Amino acid sequence: MPLLTIEDVSVSYGKVDAVRSVSLQVEEGQIVTVIGPNGAGKTTLMLATIGLLRSFGRMTFMGEDLSRLSVEDRIEKGLCLVPEKRELFAEMSVRDNLLLGAYTRYNRATINNELEAVYERFPRLKQRHKQDAGTLSGGERQMLALGRALMTKPKLLVLDEPSLGLAPLIVREIFHTVASLRELGVSVLLVEQNARAALETADVGYVLETGEIVQSGEASSLIHDPRLMAAYLGGH
Amino acid sequence: MDFDIASILAIDGLASGAIYVLIAIGTVLIFTVTRVVFIPFGDIAAFTALTLAALEMGRLPGTAGLVVVLAGMATLVEVVALLRNGRAHEIPGALLYYLALPLALVGVVWLSEPLYQSSMVLRILFSLILILPIAPLLDRIVYRPIADASVLMLLIVSMALHFALVGLGLLFFGPEGVRTEPMTDAIFEFGSIMITGQAALIMFAAVLFSGLLYLFFDFTLIGKSLRATAVNRSGARLMGIRPERSGTIAYIVGSLMAGVSGILIAPVNTMFYDSGFLLGLRAFVGAIIGGLVSYPGTAIGSLFVGVLESFASFQSSAFKDVIVFSLLIPILIWRSIVSVHTEEHDEE
Repeated sequence: MPLLTIEDVSVSYGKVDAVRSVSLQVEEGQIVTVIGPNGAGKTTLMLATIGLLRSFGRMTFMGEDLSRLSVEDRIEKGLCLVPEKRELFAEMSVRDNLLLGAYTRYNRATINNELEAVYERFPRLKQRHKQDAGTLSGGERQMLALGRALMTKPKLLVLDEPSLGLAPLIVREIFHTVASLRELGVSVLLVEQNARAALETADVGYVLETGEIVQSGEASSLIHDPRLMAAYLGGH
Repeated sequence: MDFDIASILAIDGLASGAIYVLIAIGTVLIFTVTRVVFIPFGDIAAFTALTLAALEMGRLPGTAGLVVVLAGMATLVEVVALLRNGRAHEIPGALLYYLALPLALVGVVWLSEPLYQSSMVLRILFSLILILPIAPLLDRIVYRPIADASVLMLLIVSMALHFALVGLGLLFFGPEGVRTEPMTDAIFEFGSIMITGQAALIMFAAVLFSGLLYLFFDFTLIGKSLRATAVNRSGARLMGIRPERSGTIAYIVGSLMAGVSGILIAPVNTMFYDSGFLLGLRAFVGAIIGGLVSYPGTAIGSLFVGVLESFASFQSSAFKDVIVFSLLIPILIWRSIVSVHTEEHDEE
């Protein structure tokens, strides 16, 4: 049974369809990426998956119908979204941001170990644990957003443009982290404009254009597809 | 005006300022968490005073009836909402939370009449118990169905709710003014400055509850989750923090502070069913000085309003409200000049 199934899902803003009857699946332990140009509906699809936007069609997570579940219910079930805008708590400390990640499953006895695990992954966050999140650099914010999401102990982590606006070195670090999530048993649904990095990291890729899936397959074969290469990968 | 008079006025002003601090901090708390400018907070304070007075006279206060009516309405609204969303399995929990719990609180007060006849502390405690469910229930009935509306619409609804509550206050408490028994008749003297025990108690309570709120925000997960909701609502939802739940907690904490202020003011001011409006409005001016976001700014602002009011009533009693509320104009001009517009988070 797939972890997440999206079947014939459409999302519209008023009369404008942003996403039209999209279907995709994420198997347990997989990293799945959705690539596509600006305005293709990638973010819309992710917001619908987490429940921040209303959608039509069928979505199931671990076999359970998502349509009646609120955003907060979905978080409790083990879905987690790191949105494009990160949505950190800017006026709160790095440590408090991480603590709130564990809000739904807070356990005083283990919380320090969990914090340490995140600090080990992102040592920069430990150095800055007392600083307000709003004072961090772009790369650090993304690390904090990832760390905070990991504190929710997700089964499926949805990442919306994690590389957006970051320096190439940090982008590499972020993708390295994403790849390492497999070992934690976290599946990932990754939305990216940086198609090459995304396909190099993912197992399966979907190409979304003007709200529809136009191509899908193994990431390793998509990366060699001449048409895709011309459109998104900029050749070699 | 010589030093003696000035010191008396200042102490008096700080004491009323401390009352406004308690109400204003609750107002800021609720505004930041729910975006609602909860004007009826003054009414909550006044109703607490009236409740305490009724208990002193050995009567079951009108608050009990109010809570029962509101609990019934809130339960109805919640059950209908759950049925419409296909979440019928959650109805037992809703009945427990919106019906059984408030009724149990009323029941406890009703059954323990012999107890509170003998003890002022118990009467105060029971007044607070009776007052706490009102704001969360109003939230469920009135604000939650329009939680995504604009701040302006929520404010207009708050005004309407205030007038509705004043009407209900007349119905449940009657038109008589009340004054409760003094809690202490101690008088402290520092040189030529005299402080009454009641004034000292009021200021102590303001400091105590501000401190407690600070500890609550900084050291408890629930406190942090409230701040998170205030700082970034969608971010909080993505961590599984339910804004409705944060709102309920904010209303309870705010009502507690407003209730305490009502109890402290009841022995020194005669309270009527409609006394809450001016209390709330003065506290609101204090909250605006703090920009409706800053707690220290709100506390300083509220104390300033209290002192200004006290000196203004000495100069010209008839104009004290004119002076206090005219203050709003320069403050709003000043705030709009100095306020920095930070990156706004779009509400989805």
